[in-house]
Amino acid sequence: MRLLMIAALGLGLATPALADWQTTLDKARGQTVYWNAWGGDARTNAFIAWVGEQTEAKYGVKVEQVKLTDTATAVTQVISEKAAGKDSGGSVDMIWINGPNFVSMKEQGLLHGPFANDLPNAKYLDLGPDAAAAVDFTVPVEGYESAWRLARFVFTYDSAVVMDPPRDMAGFLDYAQNFPGRVTHPDVSNFMGATFLKQALVEFAPDQAALQLPATDAAFEAAVAPLWAWYDAMRPFMWREGQTFPENQSVQQQLLNDGEVDFGVSFDPASAAGAIAEGLLPDTARVFVPRGGSIGNISFVAIPYNAANREGAEVVANFLLDPATQAHQQNIEVLGSFSVLDPAKLSDAERAVFAALPSSPALPNLEDLGPTLLEPHASWMTKLVAAWGERYIK
Amino acid sequence: MKDGRALRIGVALALMGGVVLPIVAGFAQTARAAFGVLPAIGAVEWSLAPWHRLMDLPGFGTSLRLTLVTGLGSTVLALALAAGFCALMHGRMSHGAMGRLLMPYLAAPHAALAIGLAFLLAPSGWIARMVSPGLTGWDRPPDLATVNDGWGLALIVGLLIKEVPFLLLVMGSALGQLPVRQYLAAGRALGYARGVVWVKVILPQVYPLIRLPIFIVLAFALSVVDMAIILGPSNPPTLAVAIIRWFSAPDTGLILPASAAALLQAVVVALAIGAWILAEGVARWVGRWWLRRGGRGHRAEPGLWAAGSVVAGLMALGALALVSLVVWSFAWRWSFPQALPQSWSLKGWMTPGSGWGRALQATVVIGVAVTLASLVLAVAWLEGEDRARRGRAGWAQALIYLPLLVPQIGFLYGLNVLFLTIGISGGMLAVIWAQMLFVFPYVMIALSDPWRALDRQHLRAAAALGAGPWRRLVAVKLPMLVRPLMVAAAIGFAVSVAQYLPTLFMGAGRVATLTTEAVTLASGSDRRVVGVYAVLQAGLPFLAYGAALLVPAFVYRNRRGLLGVAV
Repeated sequence: MRLLMIAALGLGLATPALADWQTTLDKARGQTVYWNAWGGDARTNAFIAWVGEQTEAKYGVKVEQVKLTDTATAVTQVISEKAAGKDSGGSVDMIWINGPNFVSMKEQGLLHGPFANDLPNAKYLDLGPDAAAAVDFTVPVEGYESAWRLARFVFTYDSAVVMDPPRDMAGFLDYAQNFPGRVTHPDVSNFMGATFLKQALVEFAPDQAALQLPATDAAFEAAVAPLWAWYDAMRPFMWREGQTFPENQSVQQQLLNDGEVDFGVSFDPASAAGAIAEGLLPDTARVFVPRGGSIGNISFVAIPYNAANREGAEVVANFLLDPATQAHQQNIEVLGSFSVLDPAKLSDAERAVFAALPSSPALPNLEDLGPTLLEPHASWMTKLVAAWGERYIK
Repeated sequence: MKDGRALRIGVALALMGGVVLPIVAGFAQTARAAFGVLPAIGAVEWSLAPWHRLMDLPGFGTSLRLTLVTGLGSTVLALALAAGFCALMHGRMSHGAMGRLLMPYLAAPHAALAIGLAFLLAPSGWIARMVSPGLTGWDRPPDLATVNDGWGLALIVGLLIKEVPFLLLVMGSALGQLPVRQYLAAGRALGYARGVVWVKVILPQVYPLIRLPIFIVLAFALSVVDMAIILGPSNPPTLAVAIIRWFSAPDTGLILPASAAALLQAVVVALAIGAWILAEGVARWVGRWWLRRGGRGHRAEPGLWAAGSVVAGLMALGALALVSLVVWSFAWRWSFPQALPQSWSLKGWMTPGSGWGRALQATVVIGVAVTLASLVLAVAWLEGEDRARRGRAGWAQALIYLPLLVPQIGFLYGLNVLFLTIGISGGMLAVIWAQMLFVFPYVMIALSDPWRALDRQHLRAAAALGAGPWRRLVAVKLPMLVRPLMVAAAIGFAVSVAQYLPTLFMGAGRVATLTTEAVTLASGSDRRVVGVYAVLQAGLPFLAYGAALLVPAFVYRNRRGLLGVAV
């Protein structure tokens, strides 16, 4: 593994990028990039539309968002194209991706790259071997996807209803027992539902180090035993007695807004502030994270191996890393998702832009968010989802 | 006569190449993957492993059972309710009034109706809000599974709201071909109650005429996706939804068992139709015995009233569901237990540029193209039959309706691979072609009977005056058939607007129509935006039906004899 990483690093250094960049820009002019991204969030959709306006004005590259209900749809599309022998001129130019979808595409050679480390704006990233932007669910990125936005697992709640939110995942059991029917999580076939379980897994697992390695059967059984004990105790007290679950986090947010449940989940610390601004949650909505911190990862963009507008996609990926873009994205009035750039690599002027961004009472400080816990190796999530299905889908 | 044959051969070729071939090819691709061959993910060996894996997938058995219960249950119920309502209302309500009453339910796409219904029925939904906290004492919604319930009841209700009006429509036009009044009079004179005359005399004669639509309803209910996502159970969901989930799981290996399940879905539909045909035999046998017993059945009357009130209740639910979407589209904050929004906003409607404007445009362009092409093909087919002076062979009938009877999920994935191979996927053309598979049969259903019912005297008169076949078609038949042509076009357009899976698969996600956007957004949390899309989505077919009523009225404004023709 280490050898592989060193080799990849060597490759990255061996391609002198900047001279090529002008060629990329020239080829990209006039292209339309079909960006496949989950379309369930209106603010993200609006941000992507803004990106398209900017890149069209600056580089002559248009962006069309292909709004997905599930990222895996784009993966399936690329697989269909490969099945049909369409190895160039593919319909998916760029995918908002991470975790198992990324691992699956990378392993099957469905991704273009490495390209990410050659982007001019990659200089603002911390790409050290263990840095967040270089590892996706413990799998080395190796330049096959480019960082875009920071994701931190948080809970949303209405502070006018819930006075004392649970302090950790164990606390959710007490809460559910005191207030039956008020706790739920998204369906586990959904990424956020799986993340809810992973957060508990990380909190309860006796051996943290094992989670960073591919999951063996023995290690898995040992690690999940306390998780299932906790879940079995809580399930009868969950919403609809744990027999059914909201389809995804947006549906759960709607349940929170309707007052059917007391907590929502999100991968975006600004989600409560954003939802208030959109009128989707009451003004008293807030976020919290378990006291020991919460799982965090970075959302990436990747380019399929057969993308028709590869150069345009690289230009867009690079634009996303521009400090001005990242600051715009972090603006609570726009998207409110935290920057992926390494503050140490920014100039004073660039840092000042971030410092001057507006704030909101529903927006947590970085201190409130506590430490970022590492995502377990991607195999844990696959196994966890399958095992949950075995146990609880009847 | 020669050009009649050329026309027929042309239409048959278009249908074979355009309809049968894609479906067969799509199934072939799906079948390959179902038996282990999908080189793109490195699977190259024929095996039964995908089937074993499918059987072992958690919840597989429950999904299958849910599919059977909701599919068969809703179809049987819809038939019974529609028959009861028809028995009760026939003769008490004019055909035209009935048509106007049914129109909103036929025009509203499944997804839009389901979204509205989900909001209506939820424990925090509109009904609960209207009676809370006053009557119920709830200041927070109770934890009741009124939608997404484990038995699929909410899904059955949703299906009924769409299927009962459809069956009423086809029953209405079938009844037009029978001397109902005489039967009723004769039956009453012999002392039979009204309901019993219906069940014993009229229904057995109507049934053969509506058999095909019943099979279509059955096939649809067994394989519906969008409604099942929104109203059905989720853990596990019905088989069709589970298949979509497996097709789009991060673990690409699941595509193989998903393909096997897609084939199975087709088998389930075939078996269900087979079982239905067997049940028909039993019903015939029992029915004959029951007829001969000669009971006058006055006790059946309350049953009719019960069916009538259930149908009225379903229609009220459907209407409220659609109204709730309109209200949401103008809402800003609307929380439990307020009966109406606390604050209003036009924001949802104010952003056509980045939002609904383009989806609306794509929907209209695709809908018009699909409808026109289907109409031309249908007219060519019917005219071909006329010139050959023969009725429709059974195989031809089966061919036309094939796309409605085989589950979409069974061949769409394979069809996408095929379209990619010939290089037309991801564009409007692919979407238009794929939608035509499903629009053409409905246009044929709508057009066939009026076409055959055309008074042949006029044609003979035209021929005697020296008009050739083309002139008879253009100058006599088509103008006389403007009204049914418009109705067929409106139905075709409405079907096109509602297509979800074909647009999603063939458009590679790039072709965004109101329906794909509405279903995508329904996975988000903003009911207000969903409301805007759903209102537009339901509104477009409304306009089409409105045009179908107005255009003939304008064209025939000085042809009184044609204004009264019922369709």
